[in-house]
Amino acid sequence: MKRRRVARPSWISQAARIAWKDLHIEGRSREVVYTMGFLAALVVLVFSFAFISGQETTVGPDVVAGILWVAVLFSGTVALSRTFDRERESEAIRSLLLSPVPRSAIYVGKLVATAAIMLFVELLLVPLLAALFSAAIAPHALWLGLLLVQGTIGFCAVGVIFSAALLRARSRDALLGALLFPIVIPVLLAASRATATLLDPSVPDLDPAYFWTRFLAALDVVFVVVGLWSFEPVVMGE
Amino acid sequence: MSDRVLRLENVGKTFGRHRALADVSLSFLPGQVAAVLGPNGAGKSTLLALLSTLAQPSQGRLMLGDQDLSRHSPVRATIGYVGHEPGVYGDLSARQNLRLFASLYGIESAESRIDEMLARVGLAGVRREAAARTFSRGMLQRLALARALLHQPEILLFDEPGSALDPAGAAWLAGELQRECEAGRLVVLVTHDLAAAATVATHLVVLRRGRVARDETRSGFSADEVRAIYEEATRGKA
Repeated sequence: MKRRRVARPSWISQAARIAWKDLHIEGRSREVVYTMGFLAALVVLVFSFAFISGQETTVGPDVVAGILWVAVLFSGTVALSRTFDRERESEAIRSLLLSPVPRSAIYVGKLVATAAIMLFVELLLVPLLAALFSAAIAPHALWLGLLLVQGTIGFCAVGVIFSAALLRARSRDALLGALLFPIVIPVLLAASRATATLLDPSVPDLDPAYFWTRFLAALDVVFVVVGLWSFEPVVMGE
Repeated sequence: MSDRVLRLENVGKTFGRHRALADVSLSFLPGQVAAVLGPNGAGKSTLLALLSTLAQPSQGRLMLGDQDLSRHSPVRATIGYVGHEPGVYGDLSARQNLRLFASLYGIESAESRIDEMLARVGLAGVRREAAARTFSRGMLQRLALARALLHQPEILLFDEPGSALDPAGAAWLAGELQRECEAGRLVVLVTHDLAAAATVATHLVVLRRGRVARDETRSGFSADEVRAIYEEATRGKA
């Protein structure tokens, strides 16, 4: 039998292929995006019922930043709980682990796909938040966008590991939040403090925002490196 | 096809305090269909997990020719696996599944190979966009076989592949096993079905309590011979 030529694909193309596969499936079903979007909008609306009454339609930037990141946290947990669902069905995870793809490429592919889905929902969430709470998003829109990307990467870097660890756990949805939330507290702290500074038009000095943005970048590096290192033993159940 | 011998040298596997395999030494030759038999808990699945590189031995080593069969990526490309579950993505079509795995394995001229495999397993006529989750169990097993053969592996591992197939499907699968064996591939089949083993096997391994109770190679076995060997090897169990 004539053996077909095999050209070992690059690490990046394998990671990109895994991310594309997840995004393609999500693009078809839109299951996670709809669930996340609904939950995020619900969180914002519930807070709006609590904080907006009568004539008063503005709340402090600290509160708006808190609401934004609470919505990201809860809706992101939905995305993470589904990260490996498609691999669990029909044992596709076994086929993936048997392929010559480095585990780190699987991790990065999953991280990129989950973060992309979360960022898409955040893109819809931020204008809703701005409209309901009259938040001053425009002056630092790009910086806010950077914070959302950084916060989402940090959150997903840890979340993908826990999602993989709970692949075969029976009560994984309940466990995911319980395990994930304490670990991502530094990410939420840095992201919400930086967001609060950016949303406050009365703050002349943006140094705190610079500090928290750099802190968030450092956290992302640490979490991604730990994720790359720990994914293989976690997913192999060692 | 390669003429590398797959050898297990004093392999043992423990899970905590439970010893699943102990002191297993076996040689599998290319072109053989090796049936691994044994009662529940004998270590068949553990043996398959080791052969597929999804688990690492606690003692001993597995060699493919002069290469250590560790789980690092290049060796994984020499293995194809078909389990109880099809190991494909239900949200993707048959072609999309094969395209994904072809790209992960770096198969050149993937489309022609995919056409070839779909025709071979009888799925060429299936509606192009039909998601795999809409397939019958038999069609999923055919797709699983196409996925496992896509990269022309040297070793094909089957874990109870006919357990959910009707008699016609099981006969088709036996024919495919035979064909792969004639193409010079090593086929390792883990099964409880002694009659199915007798149809195809040229090498019989019976495990009992994690040890090799019988290891016989012949040009073929009759159903009575397989039964006699199995009963003798497992006599007095528990």
